[in-house]
Amino acid sequence: MNSSGILSITTFVYATAAFLYIFAWVFKKDFPGKVATWVASVGLAGNISGFILRWIESYQMGIGRAPLSNLYESLVFFALTIALIYLVIEQKYRNRTMGAFAFPLAFLALAYASLSPNISDRIQPLVPALKSNWLIAHVVTCFIGYAAFAIAFGLSIMFILRQRAKTEGSILKRFPEPRVLDELTYQLIMLGFLFLSIGIITGAVWANSAWGRYWGWDPKETWSLITWFVYSTLIHARMMRGWHGKRIAWLSIVGFMAVMFTYFGVNLLPGLHSYGASG
Amino acid sequence: MVKNETSPDPKNRIWMFFASVKLTVALLLTLAVTSIIGTVIPQNESPAAYVNAYGENLYRIFSVLNFFDMYRSWWFQLLIIFLTINVVVCSLERLPKTWKIVSVKVPPFNADRFRDDNSKVDFQSQRSVQTLRQAFEPFICKKFNYCRVEETDKGVLLFGEKGRWTRLGAYIVHMSIIFLLVGALIGSIYGFEGFVNIPEGQTVNQIRLRNSNEIYPLDFDIRCDRFSVSFYETGTPKEYRSALTILEEEKPVLQKDIIVNDPLSYKGINIFQSSYGSLPSESLTLSISSREPQLGFNFVKETKIGEPVELPDGKGSVVIQDYTNSAQFGGRSIGEAFIGVLTPKEGEPVQVILPLRFPNFDRMRQGDFIIAVQDYEKKFYTGLQVAYDPGVPVVYLGFIVMILGCFITFFISHQRICIEVIRAGNSSRVMVAGTSNKNKLGMQQKIKRISEKLQGMSQVNSPTT
Ligand code: HEM
Repeated sequence: MNSSGILSITTFVYATAAFLYIFAWVFKKDFPGKVATWVASVGLAGNISGFILRWIESYQMGIGRAPLSNLYESLVFFALTIALIYLVIEQKYRNRTMGAFAFPLAFLALAYASLSPNISDRIQPLVPALKSNWLIAHVVTCFIGYAAFAIAFGLSIMFILRQRAKTEGSILKRFPEPRVLDELTYQLIMLGFLFLSIGIITGAVWANSAWGRYWGWDPKETWSLITWFVYSTLIHARMMRGWHGKRIAWLSIVGFMAVMFTYFGVNLLPGLHSYGASG
Repeated sequence: MVKNETSPDPKNRIWMFFASVKLTVALLLTLAVTSIIGTVIPQNESPAAYVNAYGENLYRIFSVLNFFDMYRSWWFQLLIIFLTINVVVCSLERLPKTWKIVSVKVPPFNADRFRDDNSKVDFQSQRSVQTLRQAFEPFICKKFNYCRVEETDKGVLLFGEKGRWTRLGAYIVHMSIIFLLVGALIGSIYGFEGFVNIPEGQTVNQIRLRNSNEIYPLDFDIRCDRFSVSFYETGTPKEYRSALTILEEEKPVLQKDIIVNDPLSYKGINIFQSSYGSLPSESLTLSISSREPQLGFNFVKETKIGEPVELPDGKGSVVIQDYTNSAQFGGRSIGEAFIGVLTPKEGEPVQVILPLRFPNFDRMRQGDFIIAVQDYEKKFYTGLQVAYDPGVPVVYLGFIVMILGCFITFFISHQRICIEVIRAGNSSRVMVAGTSNKNKLGMQQKIKRISEKLQGMSQVNSPTT
């Protein structure tokens, strides 16, 4: 089987895991949650194998490059990092309700890659502008950042829901305590911010080595900076003005909207970045 | 930060305005929102294109607001200047206090603060205070860079701490932002960015600047010896390559093939592969044959643009008038083509299009003669981006400092630990407590782990003493 095949199957494994996490949370059952963790781990293994296999395939085709250069490949890597970071957090904090909010994001990323008719999964050779080691550094760091922000987004929604929980028996009470959600969100945002910064920086260094300018205000660059401004606002509001809880959660949601726009929305704007709409 | 809003001194008021984090948040959000404008409105297009897209009235309004070149507009630059002043003033305002905390030789400890901590851990040990002290001290001193033991009348206090300097993390990040802005300023004052097209075999010594469109002389010559483009089987471009020679006073001093992502650097000026094109071909070889073979002839002739070719037996003449990069036929682009006129002896002159990609194209015309391009001289020009930016090293320094600063600010904390060992008859009571200026949850877990270790040490060796 080729890598696209493995990744298509992984999409369904992720769907199953996401469903089990939600089921376990809504029906307050522990067993489906445990199964969900196993299924999610199998999915992650599939995702990683698909990624590596695609790398090998590109060598067999005589193209030989890391699978990180178009929309399909970036989505596959995005799903991989979300699943990986989520599973690490689940191990550390031992609460599977987070899976109901984080894991569907990994599923959606991979489903969009595998199922959308607009996204080609063909392994294509690199156009000259993308032949640079900075490309790999740039894509890897950006997507680690995006994945951290994605999970922070899921946790922020949990936080906002959790605050509305009134009755003791509510399924929302199964969430981690608000204090923990708040702290964890912030930790993820710091991780994301560090990697977003490195992502923007490696992008700038790459642009400088390819075109002789490190910054050109093209829409993709500008939107990544807008995202950076939003999260920078969040960090200052929290460190200096003592913002916590709900306001941070909302800023985190706004920040993730900016991330999504940087990733997908920019293709709708006039501009010349490398991931065209057809990927 | 000191709040001092009632101060009558206007100088002080301005200082305080710029020292405010409210201003930071406001500026960052304003920058985030206004930056969107330039991504929605394409920048630096021609006025005609804008009038066409937005209409006369909106065009005027946008134009007054500098929306068509907004990242260089006075108001956007003003926001950035405010941000810079904000970081500088705020850091100056707070740095002395932070520095006082960071630079102490003997870190102060307030044991009572640790005793009151509600996540502290207590346990009993059968061993004496001094034995425990001897066991704990090396352990704590290894885990923390600074450690100190104090004797009290009830027993001993062990303090340990590390990462005091990480309180400077935010200043490091802010310094990196200053580096970036200073680097950008240097670049915009002393740098330039332009482009030049060089036909194969030719030499230039000036470029055209991108922003002002002015001619800018270089103090050396660039010659393009060769340009080549290769394609993958799928037809997408694989590599653009220009063989360039730099000449000083007509003598070659440097030679290099450049490709995208691998520029040539000379005297701090970087020359990048950026585009290419083919040049009007001067000479070509035509093949002309008659449609009906029995009648026929088929001959080949070398010619130049504008030079008529006589058909045999006085049947007329053909002249190639033009070469184009993108000929149109039936509303579709058919690529590079020669365009000429066929004038038969009898009848009207007709236009002939000879696309290079479709050698049999002229058959479709259904004329008496079929004309094709058999061979032609192909020449390229290379499009180079030429940039000089002395600010880049400063910007790159800013990049590195920013990554380090963010890492320190986010993930390394100032951690302090206090262990109190108190005599309780023959045995001892131990308290372990710790604080951290960030990631408090993580610190609580760390204290738990450390106290488990300590508990292990205070029992294993001599449980009966
Ligand atoms: C984008 C431009 C930035 C501006 C204009 C800015 C401005 C400020 C200001 C005015 C303060 C309060 C005064 C002070 O403590 O020095 C502050 C604090 C702080 N900033 Fe920034 N900052 C920027 C970027 C960043 C970034 C990217 C980070 C990420 C690490 C950061 C981290 C911090 C931290 C951690 C503090 C709190 C300092 C403390 O606790 O003493 N800043 N910033």
